[in-house]
Amino acid sequence: MTGVASDLGYRVARRLEADDTVEYVAGVDLREPPDGLVRTEFIRADLRSPLVAKVVESTRVDTILHLALTAAPADAGGRARMKERNVIGTMQLLGGANHAPRLRTMVVKSTTAVYGSNYADPALFREDTSPDAGTHSGYAKDMVEVEGYARAFGRRRPDVDLTLLRFANFIGPGVDSAFTRYFALPVVPVVLGFDPRIQLVHIADAVTVLERAVSEARPGIYNVAGPGIVYLSQAVRMSGKPTVPVPQPFMNGLADLMRRAGSVDFSPEQLAFLLYGRVGDITRLRETFGYEPRYSTAAAFAQFLDANVRPLLDRKTAERWEHELGAVLTRARRFAAGLARRSGGAA
Amino acid sequence: MSRWSQSAEVIALDPARRARASRSQAAAAEEGPARCGQPTRGGAPCRNLAGPGGRCRMHAASVPPTPGGTEDGGTEDGAPVTPLRPDGWHGSGAQAGRRPPRAHQGIDVDAAIATALAFLRRRLTGDYEVDVYGFDRELTEQVLLPLFRPLYRSYWRVRSVGLERVPADSGALLVANHSGTLPFDAIMTKVALLDEHPGRRHLRELAADLALRVPIVGPLARKTGNTLAHADDALRLLGDGELVGVWPEGFKGIGKPYRDRYKLQRFGRGGFVEVALRAQAPIIPVAIVGAEEIYPILANSRFLARLFGLPYFPITWQFPLLGPLGLLPLPSRWIIEFGEPIDTTAYHPDDADDPMLIFELVDRVRDTIQQMLYRNLMERGPAF
Repeated sequence: MTGVASDLGYRVARRLEADDTVEYVAGVDLREPPDGLVRTEFIRADLRSPLVAKVVESTRVDTILHLALTAAPADAGGRARMKERNVIGTMQLLGGANHAPRLRTMVVKSTTAVYGSNYADPALFREDTSPDAGTHSGYAKDMVEVEGYARAFGRRRPDVDLTLLRFANFIGPGVDSAFTRYFALPVVPVVLGFDPRIQLVHIADAVTVLERAVSEARPGIYNVAGPGIVYLSQAVRMSGKPTVPVPQPFMNGLADLMRRAGSVDFSPEQLAFLLYGRVGDITRLRETFGYEPRYSTAAAFAQFLDANVRPLLDRKTAERWEHELGAVLTRARRFAAGLARRSGGAA
Repeated sequence: MSRWSQSAEVIALDPARRARASRSQAAAAEEGPARCGQPTRGGAPCRNLAGPGGRCRMHAASVPPTPGGTEDGGTEDGAPVTPLRPDGWHGSGAQAGRRPPRAHQGIDVDAAIATALAFLRRRLTGDYEVDVYGFDRELTEQVLLPLFRPLYRSYWRVRSVGLERVPADSGALLVANHSGTLPFDAIMTKVALLDEHPGRRHLRELAADLALRVPIVGPLARKTGNTLAHADDALRLLGDGELVGVWPEGFKGIGKPYRDRYKLQRFGRGGFVEVALRAQAPIIPVAIVGAEEIYPILANSRFLARLFGLPYFPITWQFPLLGPLGLLPLPSRWIIEFGEPIDTTAYHPDDADDPMLIFELVDRVRDTIQQMLYRNLMERGPAF
């Protein structure tokens, strides 16, 4: 598997180690993975180098799990490096895989971002929706290209089960991404007059889906997300933070400022996401893949908030307010009723 | 909410209830009030204040009825509690079958206060549910549609005919004529189906992408149940047993000049018939009389329309001459008729690929609506 040092990669490696039917796990990455992996053999290699093809050959693996696809330019050392890692890395890996006769399964992580975000989109994206022509930038564009290469590989090697998993934004305790950092801001900037629908996937569900894709043959493309959605406004209210509505024309400037300040890395396609959101149809995941996510979008988000975000207005306070205000209003009502009765009696 | 409280008489409460209320307040002073705890649709425990029986007013209905209790939400000691709105807060529209009672019977003001505060608290903490299309049932029922109810009842005096032809619990595709410059006809149809239909049905409108793009309007449209007019979405909604509304004339209908009133425009490519055939859902023609007169369009400024990127820029006798005041619609009288359903199960779902059949059905629907329009125009008489 590639990208073993990433949060998702590490979690998947742990899960695979625990599986007795998995004989051998080799983790490829540039950085060393966190401690705690027992059986996994760590191979430090750059996916962009032809070395990767040798690794595939020498380890004689029957399954490749391609997770080394990064969405954050800052982590990769700039947008150009990120694109190179994502796209060229995938090409090298697939090139090596092409000459691996023992290979039976190929699982590639992708994202629902390939659908883009547009007002003229259907409410739910099905897997057969063609990737949006509007994804001209960033991670989404990389992933459209990566998917293209993966599909070409699938055509060249019909004997390999190719699974493309389009994940919604990951969420859960301990998840750190541009999306989670956005909700960790003291005040959350939103675009004035817009309220996107947001779909999330709990990291635990994502790990289980990846593990199943490895252990059971499930070729095809699947959207992977928790059932249901939350509105951005709703999500911010759940987090108990105030929002700042920013008029759309100023949003790019603000994003630029925040990027330079190093707080949250907003890319242009994420700004489109803040306007219209994006929701994938998970019918195929449920029926063909045969997996029912354990966490709904709202439940996954609530769990993330409990673990990671300290709200300004928490639920308990809101309930206390409700109760106290209710008591005051009831007393006022009784008082008014008493007054009305007395004055009625006097007349 | 104001409509109710204005006309509400304050009535003396049953002493037992009053005693219990003060008791629960005393208890709450130490550890906060008891909460209902019933699982909501999302699986989380309900956080509404618990009433008698340990459940909130919304979940009390799911308790098997006790022999003494009446269907109308009577409490265990027989105190009559008139529900403010009989529909469930958590969207149990299927089990609620009655119209909200008029306020003159008197309302339990304390309960109303508690309900309103619980509503505010839920909205403030994001503790509510929306469906995948973005439909926010609670917001629609409690806040947005009540705003339009006075327009429906008093201003345009809408008369709804043939609601019994709309199924109570299964999917159907409602096809209506479009008029009136701003889509008030869609909103009124929505109010008719929620308020007057015994099944209290929510209409899910298929909207133009323009409506979903506009700031503020777009999210509100989604929250009230609109979604993009896309075959995938429409099919899925019909498959889920929803009522789907479509206005196939689109901008050609809603932006047509007053001199063309009640003349149906072209019905697009007939995508709605294809969807109905594939979903095997009945098509219900709907004729809306009255919306043509609310903003009579005298002319259409192509220049301004292009400038603002709009499909039409209406010049009515009120607008833009009277400025913002010109946005006030005229008080015409309305009739909304729901026609005889067209059964699509007589056809095979694959017949949706047959363009001849599609056009034939489109024409049939169009003719039906046109005839209904003429008939109701005659019946209505003068417009105001």
